[in-house]
Amino acid sequence: MSNQQIRSPLPGTFYRRPAPDKPPFKEEGDDVAVGDTVGLIEVMKTFHEVKSDCAGSVSKFLVGNEDAVMAGQPLAEIA
Amino acid sequence: MAIRSLLVANRGEIAVRIIRAARELGVRSVQAYSEADANSLAVRLADDSVLIGKPPAAKSYLNIDSIVSAGMKAGVQAIHPGYGFLAENGEFADAVEDAGMIFIGPEGSTIRSLGDKVTARILARDAGLPTIPGSSGRLDDLAAAEPILAAIGFPVLIKAAAGGGGRGIRTAANREEFERLAPQAIMEAEAAFGDGGIYVESYIRNARHVEVQILGDGEDAIHCYDRECSLQRRRQKILEEAPALVVPSDVREELCNAAASFARSVGYKGAGTLEFLYDQATGGYYFLEMNTRIQVEHPVTEMVTGIDLVRESIRIASGERLRIRQEEIQLRGHAIECRINAEDPSNGFMPNPGNVESVAIPGGHGVRFDSMLYSNCDVPPFYDSLLGKLAVWDENRPAALSRMRSALGELEISGIKTTTPLHQALLADKCVLEGKVHTGFLDEWLAETAARLK
Repeated sequence: MSNQQIRSPLPGTFYRRPAPDKPPFKEEGDDVAVGDTVGLIEVMKTFHEVKSDCAGSVSKFLVGNEDAVMAGQPLAEIA
Repeated sequence: MAIRSLLVANRGEIAVRIIRAARELGVRSVQAYSEADANSLAVRLADDSVLIGKPPAAKSYLNIDSIVSAGMKAGVQAIHPGYGFLAENGEFADAVEDAGMIFIGPEGSTIRSLGDKVTARILARDAGLPTIPGSSGRLDDLAAAEPILAAIGFPVLIKAAAGGGGRGIRTAANREEFERLAPQAIMEAEAAFGDGGIYVESYIRNARHVEVQILGDGEDAIHCYDRECSLQRRRQKILEEAPALVVPSDVREELCNAAASFARSVGYKGAGTLEFLYDQATGGYYFLEMNTRIQVEHPVTEMVTGIDLVRESIRIASGERLRIRQEEIQLRGHAIECRINAEDPSNGFMPNPGNVESVAIPGGHGVRFDSMLYSNCDVPPFYDSLLGKLAVWDENRPAALSRMRSALGELEISGIKTTTPLHQALLADKCVLEGKVHTGFLDEWLAETAARLK
């Protein structure tokens, strides 16, 4: 199966963890189902969950934790 | 030491406000900016600018090392923190002073003691300010709350000792709710602030938010009268007025003088605000907390007193004594401020960053628009949604309401959704016009009205 990408629905800051002292939503290699939360986008001090619209496993995160992202920017590759 | 140059360690409309005040005093301004703000109005207006980091605030406007070294590199004598970000961070104030610059605001130790709600409450009570009946200090377990609950009864508010911005606050109507909610509050406080301490106080129904503006020079302090900020959405202020409609003039003098005495008792330096809850049923007022910085809503106070609070606080930081005596300050007319945020009120206040294609700014006598906007500017997604503050002054409250409606009608921001329709609807609401509101009013009103705010 070809690689799919999860894209950011909003512009803002990307977080891989629900809170700084919590483990990441997904590690590279983890299985992902449709609707799974893979990260948070902070936009103007509000937080929005990024949910996967595809199933597979995370082959790679394309942006780092706390990186700035644009709306539509690929966040992770799902194989 | 007279300040001849300062670094603005903030962004948006308050950075513009500080740059203007500095320029009027002949002070050179240097704007600290993140990569997302390279084309901001503040960078354009400042005499100079210096990049402090990447767009996320943690990497720029919250980065103490980066800001202090930017100040050193720029060769400024002082740093103005604005509001939010590092404005109430005592370690930042200390770091600025340790690097040989002036922090425009109170000393780090003052910020720390007043920033802890429990310490502030004890200081206020010792200075004779009424506080809401409740625990005298922090509670670390539920057993410690027993005697307090017996004394004050229900309903009660449960708050995080280290909290802020309304986080971790719960209302318990009875004992069962308290036993269920208090452990949650402790856990949430531990997670959010690394400090599980809570305190408990009486819940005052239909309370109004009244606050008093203070200016102190480290020895003496004056008040610049009061504001009312009862219209809040999820504990965030939306529309503010000065003076507070609900406070009778004899209570006003007593309340404001008590606030000034408190500021003197802590040797307060700079601009600050004491927040109170006002009980409409009894006319009682209770100290809530003190904010050790300039506030978003300061323009309404400037309009009814004629005092430039930002300019005065730069003068105070330069080592000048207060130039204005209390008896010289007269309340004149009424002022209202509407916060214009990049949020869509018809869609759950969804943040709406993006490109502002064009802006039409209202004008005329008694109209002021403090903003970060210009035509074809970008509003980045990384920061607070405040775009600007539309403030009006007029001879009395009905005239000010009318002037605000007119000014809102002139305001056009195209390209992004804003809270302008919310303000237009509020200024047509009978309760708002008659001033019959309380701190829970707007959330209840929005539950019925929000969908119509197109």
